[in-house]
Amino acid sequence: MKYRLICIECPMGCAIEAEKEGDTVVSVAGNSCPRGKLYAENEVICPMRVVTSTVRATDGRMLPVKTNKPVKKSEIFSVMKKINAQKVTPPVRIGEVICRDISDGADLVAAGELL
Amino acid sequence: MIKKNYDLIVIGGGPAGLAAALSAYDNGVTDILILEREESAGGILKQCIHNGFGLTRFKESMTGPEYAARFIDEVQKRNIFIATGTTALSLTADKAVTAISAEEGVFTVTGKAVVLAMGCRERSKGALNIPGTRPAGIFSAGTAQKFVNIKGYLPGKEVVILGSGDIGLIMARRMTLEGAKVHAVCEIMPYSSGLKRNIVQCLDDFGIPLYLNHTITKIEGKERVTGVVISRVDENKKPVPGTEKHICCDTVLFSVGLIPENELSKKAGVEISPRTKGAVVYQSRETSVPGIFACGNVLQVHDLVDFVSEESELAGKCAAELIRNGAREKRSVNVLNGEHISYVCPQRLDLNREERVKLFFRVGNTFSDCKIVVESGGVRLIEKKKKIAVPGEMETVSLSKETLARIKGDVTVRLEV
Repeated sequence: MKYRLICIECPMGCAIEAEKEGDTVVSVAGNSCPRGKLYAENEVICPMRVVTSTVRATDGRMLPVKTNKPVKKSEIFSVMKKINAQKVTPPVRIGEVICRDISDGADLVAAGELL
Repeated sequence: MIKKNYDLIVIGGGPAGLAAALSAYDNGVTDILILEREESAGGILKQCIHNGFGLTRFKESMTGPEYAARFIDEVQKRNIFIATGTTALSLTADKAVTAISAEEGVFTVTGKAVVLAMGCRERSKGALNIPGTRPAGIFSAGTAQKFVNIKGYLPGKEVVILGSGDIGLIMARRMTLEGAKVHAVCEIMPYSSGLKRNIVQCLDDFGIPLYLNHTITKIEGKERVTGVVISRVDENKKPVPGTEKHICCDTVLFSVGLIPENELSKKAGVEISPRTKGAVVYQSRETSVPGIFACGNVLQVHDLVDFVSEESELAGKCAAELIRNGAREKRSVNVLNGEHISYVCPQRLDLNREERVKLFFRVGNTFSDCKIVVESGGVRLIEKKKKIAVPGEMETVSLSKETLARIKGDVTVRLEV
């Protein structure tokens, strides 16, 4: 089966054609870099996304957070539910783990700081 | 305590101002004041919690606050003073800045050079002439972004977005993630002005429909928005009768373009381009007023912060040169936008400068299999084939030292289709 994709790895947005036979990607064309090939291979088997959001701190401020690696696209809303159940106490620094293993081994980490 | 005089005054502590200050410092000018009207530096990046920043510059995908933090850390390491909570009120051609803050009251500081880095603001609903009353529930996309990401409030549950600029697309996803239902994104043009990747990851991922050639023709509701009517538009952007479609919603977001914020520049007599709405500049980013430079979104609205940083470093470096060595005589030619080009920046070249020049420009429509041509005095300096060119994505061409040497008069950038 053939898939036409737009790569989301960078702002270039390459138009990629990927072909899958069974569960195997047999060809990827149109990408300008190795990241595009990897994106297309994942996208036709199991699309993955980094989730970014915010968590409210005990003092009322909002802390930007992100998953430290992509999670399954189908899991985005369950990840969001877990994110919205988090609470943090300042100070928090960039990179600090807010929730370990929020989905398939990805951690939720601080993507901003509250001092 | 703020002094009366500085070598360099940078107006704005967002990505442009931070990069310009750092670059000036690293090029030998250390007596710098940054004026920032908000309580902390970082500018619009503070509320851009999505990722995708820094891919060009740092080869990694960062969130807005992470990207800003890299620059704020560097500024702090160098002890460059950022006067936060301080709003610049006016600027003169003699580079005197009058500003106000709670600590200092109204005060005036003078610089040997000034870098304008005030960024841009959103076009408002008022600029669009959409009929209807004034119910609650109408926001610019950036305001909604601030509510959600900084304040932690969801401004509505049932949303229609007008305009498919990147902020609108990003907010479509953001509000969806937080539990709102985004019914439609309407775009009056036949193409989106946002990045393709944002169409995919912000709309397609969540099944949010994008209506091209559509606009909102009515907003309903007395106290609160209760619905909108959207209509298809013809090639003259006039609504086509009979194509009306009603959508129930409680919130309308506008993402209809950004305007460089140049009130201060105009007070100083800086020449403004009617096309970019930013200053007319040389490749050094010096404006028509000697010693006043402009960079980032106050100069031209960029697609990527990475390019803002790059441009601002150039402005900071050139401002430092001017402060250290004094003004040099310029040999000036214009850079003109030819066929199918909506603007080019810089608009002037000083041929006494030899370093490589990057011309930034946007095309006026969507084109495929076209050719970018740069010419001067009937001579083709550069030809560059493009598979696809769209107005939403800034294009660049580089002029090498050798190419610059071949320039005989005004330079024209045009698109052959």
